[in-house]
Amino acid sequence: MARLIRMDGTGHTTLAEWTAEDDARFQRAVVEFGDQLGLGYIGTVPEGKGKASHVRELPRDAELVVMRRPIAGG
Amino acid sequence: MEAGVLPELASVPWREPTDARWLRRYGRIWHAWTLLYTVPFVAAGVAMVILAPIAIPVALAVFAHAWIIPELYAFRGASVVRPKGPRNERAEPVAQGLLGDLLDHEERELQRETGLALEPGELGTWLVGECGALLVAPDGRRVHCFCVRVTEPELPPSDRVAHLLLALRTDEEGFATVANHAFAGAPWRVRRRLPVRMRPALDAARA
Repeated sequence: MARLIRMDGTGHTTLAEWTAEDDARFQRAVVEFGDQLGLGYIGTVPEGKGKASHVRELPRDAELVVMRRPIAGG
Repeated sequence: MEAGVLPELASVPWREPTDARWLRRYGRIWHAWTLLYTVPFVAAGVAMVILAPIAIPVALAVFAHAWIIPELYAFRGASVVRPKGPRNERAEPVAQGLLGDLLDHEERELQRETGLALEPGELGTWLVGECGALLVAPDGRRVHCFCVRVTEPELPPSDRVAHLLLALRTDEEGFATVANHAFAGAPWRVRRRLPVRMRPALDAARA
């Protein structure tokens, strides 16, 4: 089961879950992903040791997509 | 997917990319700067002692300057990884779980003990904290200190580390470019100014 989660003040919140075969659930996840982008979150897919990718569209085949806030110089 | 592109780079279009060459150059500038504000004080102090022994108290004050100023810079550098902001302890266990999933076993244990996530990269070995990161150069002889934070300070500490870690993994040079470079110097200078619990992380990054 793939998950779309958002890092927030609760630790993290699971926004959607889907499987590659379940198109309806994936479409709901796509809508949720778009809503989070609209709120200023950034989609990131962890890809194992030392790697991650920025995504602008929800990848159907990803196991985990993390919505994070932007970073800035302190 | 857009591997290798950190979206936050759009907010700092004027900055030169922080690559290995930039880091070497900045490291040399910091080294020269340290000599510039240390050597004249030491030379003046020695001259006072030789030429006018009665001025020894003034010479001691001058030596103190030569010692304190580099220490202040190193303190500023080490401070980038000091814990800051609200702890949000209620949410921290959940955040710690997610951060743990992003790390291998050894790095997870080190992060729990020291608060710093060790991440090998192309530019060197990173130690990622809540509000900043240390970069140990590949030869282990210099540490670069970066101020960088997530724009939502209410997040639990482990989520702040996870934010920075994911951004670093997305685009290492982009991460270093977005971050503010605060200090570069010898590891021993940074280590002695780090909180005691964080020092093993710097040792591990240099190993």
